[in-house]
Amino acid sequence: MPTILAAETTQAADATGVFALSWLLIALPLLGAAVLLLGGRRTDKFGHLLGTAMPFAAFVIGVVQFVAMLGRDPENRTFSQHLYTWLPVGSFQVDAGLLVDQLSMCFVLLITGVGTLIHIYSIGYMEHDPDRRRFFGYLNLFIAAMLLLVLADSYLLLYVGWEGVGLASYLLIGFWSYVPEYAAAAKKAFVANRVGDFGLSIAIMIMFAQFGSVSFDGVFAGADGASEGALTAIGLMLLLAACGKSAQFPLQSWLGDAMAGPTPVSALIHAATMVTAGVYLIVRSAPVFNGAPDAQLVVVIVGAITLIFGAIVGTAKDDIKKALAASTMSQIGYMMLAAGLGPIGYAFAIFHLLTHGFFKAGMFLGAGSVMHGMNNQVEMRRFGGISSVMKITWITFGLGWLAIIGVPPFSGFWSKDKIIEAAFVGEGWRPWVFGGAALIGAGVTAFYMTRLFLMTFHGERRWTDDVHPHESPKIMTIPLMVLAIGSAALGLILGPTNALVHWLEPVTGAHGEEAPVLSVPVLTGLTLLLIAVGVAWAYSLYVRQPVPEVAPAGSVLTRAARRDLYQDAVNESLLMRPGQYLTRFLVWFDNRVVDGAVNGLAALLGGTSGRFRRLQTGFVRSYALSMFLGAALLVGAMLLVRL
Amino acid sequence: MSALSVSATFAAAEFQTPSIEYSKLMPMLIVFGVALVGVLIEAFMGRTGRHQVQLILSIAGLVAAFVSVTMLAGDNQIAAVGAVAVDGPALFLQGTILLLAIPGVLTMAERSLDRGGVFTSAGSSTPGSEHERVLTATGVTQTEVFPLTMFAVGGMLLFPAANDLLTMFVALEVLSLPLYLLCGLARRRRLLSQEASLKYFLLGAFSSAFFLYGIALLYGYSGTVRLSGIAEAVSSNSGSDTLLMTGTALLAVGLLFKVGAAPFHSWTPDVYQGAPTPITGFMAACTKVAAFGALLRVLYVGLGGLAWQWEPVMWGVAILTMVVGSVVALTQTDVKRMLAYSSIAHAGFILTGLVATDTVDPDTGAVLGVSSVLFYLLAYGFITIGAFAVVTLVRDAGGEATHLSQWAGLARRSPLVAAVFTLFLAAFAGIPLTSGFTGKFAVFSAAIAGDAAPLVVIGVVMSAVAAFFYFRVVVLMFFNAPAPDGPAVAVPSPLTTVAITLSVAVTVLLGVWPTQVLDLADRASQFVR
Repeated sequence: MPTILAAETTQAADATGVFALSWLLIALPLLGAAVLLLGGRRTDKFGHLLGTAMPFAAFVIGVVQFVAMLGRDPENRTFSQHLYTWLPVGSFQVDAGLLVDQLSMCFVLLITGVGTLIHIYSIGYMEHDPDRRRFFGYLNLFIAAMLLLVLADSYLLLYVGWEGVGLASYLLIGFWSYVPEYAAAAKKAFVANRVGDFGLSIAIMIMFAQFGSVSFDGVFAGADGASEGALTAIGLMLLLAACGKSAQFPLQSWLGDAMAGPTPVSALIHAATMVTAGVYLIVRSAPVFNGAPDAQLVVVIVGAITLIFGAIVGTAKDDIKKALAASTMSQIGYMMLAAGLGPIGYAFAIFHLLTHGFFKAGMFLGAGSVMHGMNNQVEMRRFGGISSVMKITWITFGLGWLAIIGVPPFSGFWSKDKIIEAAFVGEGWRPWVFGGAALIGAGVTAFYMTRLFLMTFHGERRWTDDVHPHESPKIMTIPLMVLAIGSAALGLILGPTNALVHWLEPVTGAHGEEAPVLSVPVLTGLTLLLIAVGVAWAYSLYVRQPVPEVAPAGSVLTRAARRDLYQDAVNESLLMRPGQYLTRFLVWFDNRVVDGAVNGLAALLGGTSGRFRRLQTGFVRSYALSMFLGAALLVGAMLLVRL
Repeated sequence: MSALSVSATFAAAEFQTPSIEYSKLMPMLIVFGVALVGVLIEAFMGRTGRHQVQLILSIAGLVAAFVSVTMLAGDNQIAAVGAVAVDGPALFLQGTILLLAIPGVLTMAERSLDRGGVFTSAGSSTPGSEHERVLTATGVTQTEVFPLTMFAVGGMLLFPAANDLLTMFVALEVLSLPLYLLCGLARRRRLLSQEASLKYFLLGAFSSAFFLYGIALLYGYSGTVRLSGIAEAVSSNSGSDTLLMTGTALLAVGLLFKVGAAPFHSWTPDVYQGAPTPITGFMAACTKVAAFGALLRVLYVGLGGLAWQWEPVMWGVAILTMVVGSVVALTQTDVKRMLAYSSIAHAGFILTGLVATDTVDPDTGAVLGVSSVLFYLLAYGFITIGAFAVVTLVRDAGGEATHLSQWAGLARRSPLVAAVFTLFLAAFAGIPLTSGFTGKFAVFSAAIAGDAAPLVVIGVVMSAVAAFFYFRVVVLMFFNAPAPDGPAVAVPSPLTTVAITLSVAVTVLLGVWPTQVLDLADRASQFVR
């Protein structure tokens, strides 16, 4: 894939060898989904095993490809696989093809690796659910769509995957759709995503109008000489898409409700993979954003707002899954902020995305394990002191906690610290504002994650009488352990060595060394100081003092945070109400004006139809007459044309 | 076969034995051979087991003929002393007809939906008579339908391959006569079926007369019935223009009657409704393929030099056909009649591709008018066979429940059948990722390349009108409450299941992955002249 900023232009080689198997990455989970969903009850017995085997097989292929890729020069690590041409129409071709390069490889490994672990965990978690097979079918469908999203070589095919993951997400949030609130949550997620999807489809249309192509190659080649206005328009529309899918301000409201889905779904889709698709979209579209500084600025602003917003909401939530969801929103805010910074931030955005994929998935699964032991309760005020009865969950969750708040040497420290440093690079007011936001966000994160961790695992036991917490079975704890190892060590492997930055350089482009406005040790010291303050504050509030079992009234800010900073109220008054008025007006307009026209047209057609129909008398003689007249007409016309 | 032209050419020479390239005619020979064997079986074999033997024989014959078509692929020559062309379009259409005939025959052989099958126990018995009652009680069926169908298929194979007008006329009659009979053999509603048969016969004979008179006038103009000879005469501009124009028009009437184009369509709804549904599906798909093939050959090979003359007329016919088909379908209340009008509308859509004439795609060298029509016919044929096969499944005590009100809420009772029918309706409407979309896209882009953009605008508008009545049925099936005494969906034997599955597979495949077949149609788009 030629990117304009790549140090050397890399040309995609035709996929051969193991890379020719790329289509299998998508086909295997898709086959799994087809068998499980079409096979019906017949596949109940082995459904979960097949459903787990498929992403695992894809993971194996991914690892083999990764190793093969490592063995090649950095410039020759891009492979394209042409699948088929849908409609060849002269010079315009709609091709379906896959692109395997360093960036998509990162995602393939994350999706299939973490995906497989979560499938294994789900075998235990969903054991008593009568619809477990259907659940695995949807999960496989999700894996296939997500892989299509990251492997597509054109925006059009990416869009197919984009819609696919949206569908899978909808199906899985509403998996227990007999609960009305869950069905409503699924609908809310669907609608919010739809707003974003419009952005993507408009972006694709602008691309086609501007560059005559929707493939990555064609668009990026065209972006080189395109006007900044066009690139800004495309960039903003892509950002809208990213905001919808990644729950960024102002389209973030669905993510909290999406926790209605089974917890493995929250871990896989609403923490580790799907919600990061927006970050992928922006990093993948680097050549577009590099030519549109205004769009980049908006990306950074959105990221900064969301990271603070999510962190504040996270401080007040008492529902363990909703608190984690707020944290996801905030962490993706970090990634967006990094992605908006341009070449300096792309690699760090992906770096944080990968480490976050591990520790957040681990913590969600940990939360699921706690719920498993606590009769599916999610209210943290009724937890406390669980560390003694669920040792493995406690330790693995603890590693995830250390990673997310950014304690060295755990993963989150390496990736988040880099983003904070990058945010402080620049001139004028920007580094201070965005860097400051990232820095404060780190402190607040430390506070609310410590609060979550301590309220759940430490302090006195505030359990309701009917629960008897116990450690989860091995099939659930082993994935926890693997993810915990990743949470602890992934950053250490990729961070200090700069391995990921170099790995991604051919895709994201190189950037020179730029010093932040404050020196790096000062920044790191400040960050660690803020984290320490956050942890200490949470400790003093939630361990030193007893936690009330019923939430106290709280301050104005707490109440606001509990209600997602009035996001739903804002949506209601800004979007829903005017929307309702608009629809009422449209209904009126439709009834009076449009229907008049449509009904008139329909009446005209219907009337014509009725009149024509009367010609169909059923008498052969009149048919013969009409044929005769037709023949006469034809002969007359032929003779007339000659004259 | 082509006695006139042979005698015209060799009048002075001493008589020579005509050379017949049997290998090139193999597909037709196989089908006619199977038909004759079928007649012998009818004559000499006992009643028990006859049905199975005939079915197996017919399917085997169709498959063997299809295989021999694929073995001839790439041939480009004239065989049988100039009577038969073996070229890309002919072979593509023969393959299409044979492929369509397989699900067609399978649905005809279905016997588990209605005791004794869809055909009457004896066509000769008077409806409602004691004779009929006794025969019906024995549960027998007329197995003559199989050889009749094979004769019709044989005629259909010859029709688009005929290289002189007399051969074409013979083929027309060979394919038509068995169809007239087959239309009248329904087990239920026999009077309606016999009426359909009689109407079809009378009007068919009427149109044959036009066709024959057209041949006579063209012979009068050019002194030959060979298409290449007529083309020569047209280019050298000898003879009377009035003869040529009138002959062309009359010949076109005969062919347009067979494709069901307006204003020669009036038989279609009555016959489609009255005929046994499997016959309707077979006829709607295969006859249309064969007749369009013949129309293409006559207009492109014989009268290609006259294109600027017949093109405006064909514009008019195409517009009228699309409008009549789409608009009249709006008020239909019977699903078979609705599909009949839909088939008229589709004839109009195909005609838009046909008027692209000899415009050649600069990239592939394909003749767009031909390749787009070839593809459309294949796509349309399978949608049609499948849709009519689904119609046979929705039944109540009186047989098939074809009134649209009876289809309300069908999805509640049988979501699978409703979903399959929805797929076919979506394909008829031309929704992307179905073969109908690809086909419409092909003919419309061919028409644009052939400078017929206004025709395409009308085509798209009429597609929108047509989408209304297709989706009205979808809404009816999925969102309306079922009638309390509504029909049930019968579970068919594997025969119909295979036929429907095949149609679904082709419809989806040609929508999602049409490239191979589009390429094939492109390569097969050159007529031998």
